[in-house]
Amino acid sequence: MISQVQKFLFAVLLLACVAMAAFLLRLRNRAQDRLQAQSAMAPAEMTESAGNPVKTVALYVPNDLDDSLTAVEASVPMPADESAQARVLLQKLIDAFGAPSSTHPIQVAAGIDDVYFLPLTREKGATGPAGQLAVVDLSGALAAAEPSGIEPETLTLESMLATLHANLPTITEVHFLVDGQQRETLAGHADLTRTYLASDTMTQSQPAETGIGTGAGR
Amino acid sequence: MRWIEAALALGLFAGMGQAPRSLQSGPPQAATLPTSPQNPVPPALPAPTMQPVQPRFVVVLDAAHGGSDPGAKLGDAVPEKDITLQLAGRLRSMLRARGIDVTMIRQGDVTMAPLDRAEAVNHAQAAACLVIHATATGSGVHLFTSSLAPAARAQFLPWQTAQAAYVTQSLKLESELDTALAHAEVPVTLGRASVEPMDSMACPEVAVELAPLVAGHVTTAKPITDMGYETSVVNAIAAALESWRSDWKQS
Repeated sequence: MISQVQKFLFAVLLLACVAMAAFLLRLRNRAQDRLQAQSAMAPAEMTESAGNPVKTVALYVPNDLDDSLTAVEASVPMPADESAQARVLLQKLIDAFGAPSSTHPIQVAAGIDDVYFLPLTREKGATGPAGQLAVVDLSGALAAAEPSGIEPETLTLESMLATLHANLPTITEVHFLVDGQQRETLAGHADLTRTYLASDTMTQSQPAETGIGTGAGR
Repeated sequence: MRWIEAALALGLFAGMGQAPRSLQSGPPQAATLPTSPQNPVPPALPAPTMQPVQPRFVVVLDAAHGGSDPGAKLGDAVPEKDITLQLAGRLRSMLRARGIDVTMIRQGDVTMAPLDRAEAVNHAQAAACLVIHATATGSGVHLFTSSLAPAARAQFLPWQTAQAAYVTQSLKLESELDTALAHAEVPVTLGRASVEPMDSMACPEVAVELAPLVAGHVTTAKPITDMGYETSVVNAIAAALESWRSDWKQS
């Protein structure tokens, strides 16, 4: 025989299960709506950027011949949102890769799918601001067009790190994804499993002439 | 029960009363051979002097990629894995001709996981490790060391950052290679990179990436497959490693 108490308890648990299922479904639908709204807004943001205030930014353009990064100034309409700014900056840098006189030629129309910001927790004893982690979601097209090799792949990543660091100093760390997924390497060499420090590049503002021996580059 | 305890105690004390043979002093013959007129005691042999074991100077060559991982496509669709294996093979011959021991991590067209490569490299306890790569981009030879910050050497090294304890030595080896390539008039670029499995290698290591020669003030354009160009690079690297061996012996 099942006692009255057990019957009551079973009924309460069943009700709780139904209520939780309904709540989860509602949350899922909300998240789906939010994502759809964001993706619908993204192209609009990019096209509306023409109406945004024009800012002078520094793009760090790589040179394959001497393994250097060169600061090039550009005037870009910048949106107010920081993650949109990062996306505009990186896309502008990738556009420079495809220019006819490029010293790091990569032909790709859309190189950045998205940039997300995550706040970092401040370490014990640290005084300055904690900074942010930028998750840069590269497009599969960029990874496919990237020339394979330690030097070209490292230069691509370092030019992005230097450009972000110079224009958005709140970014302290950067993690790269490809098509929203974690990948082992960019094109067979440069490690994408690790998180890079944004300040972890030594840049030079003058292009160096290719030297014989004696180590040109960084 | 008391008799069991007593027996155990006697056995224990009997065992403790004898020193282990390896710890006994004096020549072992005097302790083991019975002394009798039929079997006289042989004259005592001089105790063998302990010779310090000289570590071998071994160079590890890791031809990157292989098997299902072709690496970059170079020139007329030549896969990087073939160029790296060919270059490592030629370098091995050149080093052996100079009396240097060489361990090749990849002998043929086989797939090797980065973890297995690092394990094989660390097992060799090498004095120098060269990871051979090739690319169609840039000019000359690109030398890369790990991007890890130098750290003090400890008895146990974390697997993911084992190279940190060797970064200073790796930079010296890189400098040696740079100088030798300068003598051979090969353009060199130096850099730091994060490439698997370099950070897990516990030895002075440099990634050597061969690129075609672009025409410049003192260089003429040469493809990556040019035998003359490859020979000059291999000779320069062998000379650098010979110089590294001299430094290694002195230290």
